Amino acid sequence: MVDDPVLRVEDLTVRFVRRGVDVAAVNGVDFSLAAGETLTILGESGSGKSVSLKALMGLLPVYAGVSGKVWLNGQEILGLPAAALAKLRGGAVSMIFQEPMAALDPVYTIGEQIAETIVQHEGCDKRTAMRRALDLLEMVKIPSAARRLKNFPHEMSGGMRQRAMIALALACKPSVLLADEPTTALDVTVQIQILLLLRQLQEELGMAIVFVTHDVGAAAEISDRIAVMYAGRFVETGTAREVMRQARHPYTLGLLSSTVHGGMRGRALETIPGSPPNMAALPPGCPFAPRCRYAMEACRQGAIPVVTTPTGAMARCVRAREMVEA
Amino acid sequence: MSAALRDPRDRGGPAQPLLRVDRLTKHFPVRGGLLNRQVATVQAVDDVSFSVRKGETLGIVGESGCGKSTTARLLMRLIQPDAGEVVFDGDEVGHRQGISVSDMRRQMQMVFQDSYSSLNPRMTMAESIAYAPRMHGLGRREAYERAENLLSRVGLNPLQYARRYPHELSGGQRQRVNIARALALEPRLVILDEAVAALDKSVEAQVLNLLSDLKDSFSLTYLFISHDLNVVEYMSDRVMVMYLGRVVEAGPVESIYRRPRHPYTRALFASKPTLDPDRRTTEMPLTGDPPNPINPPSGCRFRTRCGFAMPVCAASLPPLDVPFEDAADDSHVVACHVPAAQLGHRTGVRHG
Repeated sequence: MVDDPVLRVEDLTVRFVRRGVDVAAVNGVDFSLAAGETLTILGESGSGKSVSLKALMGLLPVYAGVSGKVWLNGQEILGLPAAALAKLRGGAVSMIFQEPMAALDPVYTIGEQIAETIVQHEGCDKRTAMRRALDLLEMVKIPSAARRLKNFPHEMSGGMRQRAMIALALACKPSVLLADEPTTALDVTVQIQILLLLRQLQEELGMAIVFVTHDVGAAAEISDRIAVMYAGRFVETGTAREVMRQARHPYTLGLLSSTVHGGMRGRALETIPGSPPNMAALPPGCPFAPRCRYAMEACRQGAIPVVTTPTGAMARCVRAREMVEA
Repeated sequence: MSAALRDPRDRGGPAQPLLRVDRLTKHFPVRGGLLNRQVATVQAVDDVSFSVRKGETLGIVGESGCGKSTTARLLMRLIQPDAGEVVFDGDEVGHRQGISVSDMRRQMQMVFQDSYSSLNPRMTMAESIAYAPRMHGLGRREAYERAENLLSRVGLNPLQYARRYPHELSGGQRQRVNIARALALEPRLVILDEAVAALDKSVEAQVLNLLSDLKDSFSLTYLFISHDLNVVEYMSDRVMVMYLGRVVEAGPVESIYRRPRHPYTRALFASKPTLDPDRRTTEMPLTGDPPNPINPPSGCRFRTRCGFAMPVCAASLPPLDVPFEDAADDSHVVACHVPAAQLGHRTGVRHG
C-alpha cells in the first residue's frame, strides 16, 4: 500500500434523495494516493465516477447525502465549513473538466482568471500574480504566451483552452489534481498532447492525479493504477498493467473486449449484454450479475467478497480466483 | 453480394460505383463588419472526389473541422453544394436527365451522432419509423407493420418499445431506433455520421455488431464517418482521410493502416493511444490544434504542421495521386509533394 498518502478516501458514499427516489450514486469507494501517483477511475456513464470527484471537492448540490472520510495531507476535509473548503479548492486540491469553455469565465481574460486565483490564495499583489500567470502559460506550452494572457476563452482553440484550464488549476501548486474527462472532447492529435503534458507536469511538480475517464486508451497512457467503477463501486483495482493484461472482474474483461482496437477486423465484437442497472433500484448482491455470463447463485445474494492479490490488486467478484486461471 | 446483384434497382451492375462524387465543394461565407459584408470564407469542403462501390463500407476519418460531416450533409442535400457533381448509380443527382433529390433520398439515408435530437420527442418509436414510408405512399397498416418488423431487426422488442417515446429509452436504444428509421425506406446506401461516437464502449460494440449484421442481411452500402481511428479500421473496406476540407489520402483499409503515406495520416495514427501501459507514447506526433478552416494555408493545407514541408508545399496544391513508386497499384492515392522515399518508412512523424 501507499505509505504516506496525499489523499485518502474511506467508504465514500453519495446518495441523491429527491421526490421519494433514492439514487445510490456512489456506494463505498476507498482509495489512497501518494504524491506523484496517478489513479484512473475508469467507468461508463452513470457509474458514479464524476460524482465521486465532485464529492471530494464539495461541489455537489445540498440535497446530496455525502458520507465517508476523506483526508487531504492528513487533514480530514469532508464536512469542513464552506469557507475552509473554498480555501482548499484551487489551493491544495484543484480540478479540471471536460468542457473548458464551460469551466472558464467568458468575460475575463485568461490572465485575469489565473491571477485572481493566485491573489485569492496567496495574497500577493496583482502584478506578481500576472507574472506568475505568464510563467504558468509557458509551463503548459501555450505558444506566444504573453499575447495569449490577454485572450478571452472564446478566442482560443479547444486544445489551447484545455491547456489554459490546466494552467489555472496548477496556479497554486496543488498536491492533488482531479481531472474529470479532460481529453474526451478533444481530437486524437490534441488528446495525446494533453496526456503527455499532464505526465510531464506531474514529473516536474509531483502532484497526485485522479483521472476520470471512460476511455481505456487514455487510461493506459496515463495511469499508474486503474480503478474500474461499476454501479457506484470500484469492482477492480490494480496497476495499469494488471488491469489491462490480467483483468479478473468480468465487467473489466467485457469492457476491454468491447473496446475496438487495431487488428479486430472481420471478427464480431464481444459485447456485454444488457445495460447498466438503475441506480435507484440496485439488485442485491453483485450489481453486474444480471449481465454477467459467469454469474452463479452466490452472486445474487448478500455482499460480494473482495479478493486481493499479494501485489495489492483487488477484484470484487465471487469468482475472481477462477477468472485468473480462465 | 449476390443479393445486391438481384436488386431490381441496381442499374449499372456491380462494376458501376453506387455513388460517385466529383469535385464537391462548399465554401461558407463569414460575414462581419459594419455593412455585414463577407469578410472571409470557410472552405469546409474543397474539391472532394471519391466513389463508393456497391456493397462496401467507405470510412471517412479526420479531426473536427476537416469537412467530413459537411460532406455527408452535402450528399444528402441537407445543404446545397457550391460546385461538384454527385452521381448515384449512374444518375446525376438533381440533374434533369438524372435522379431527383427526393428519389435519391429514398435510396440514401443517414444516421446522426445525437440520438436524442434526431428523434421527434412527441412521436412514439413506431410513429417515427413509420413516418417516412407513409410519406412515400405506404398505407398506415403496412407502415406500422414495417416499423415493428424493423424494431425487432435492430434488437428491440416491438411489444415493449413501439409505443415508447424517445426520453424513455437509453442512448444505445435510441440509436437502434434511428438505425431502424434509416432502413424504413429500404435504402441502398446509409451514411453513418459519428453514429456510435456518443455511446459508451460496451454499447458501441453492440451497435457496431448490429450494423455489420444489417449490412449483410439488407445488402447495404455504408459511408462510415468517424473520428475514431480504431472503429473506422474495424468497419471499413476502404478509408479516406480528410484534413481541412480536402482529401489527403485514400485507399484500401489494410494499405492505409499498415503503410500510411501522408505525413498527416502518419501523425494521426501515431496519436492513437497504444492500449499498452508498457509502450506508452513518448513524443507528440503533432503540435498545436488543426488550423482554422477560415483562410487555410496556401498550397498544401497541412504544411504549417508538417515536419517535411518544403518550399513547393506552400507554392502549389499537391494533387491526389498514386505515389510514383507504387504505379502498379492505383488504389492507394496520396496528396503530398514529398516523395515517399524521403518520408522514410516509420509510422511516426516528428515535428521539425
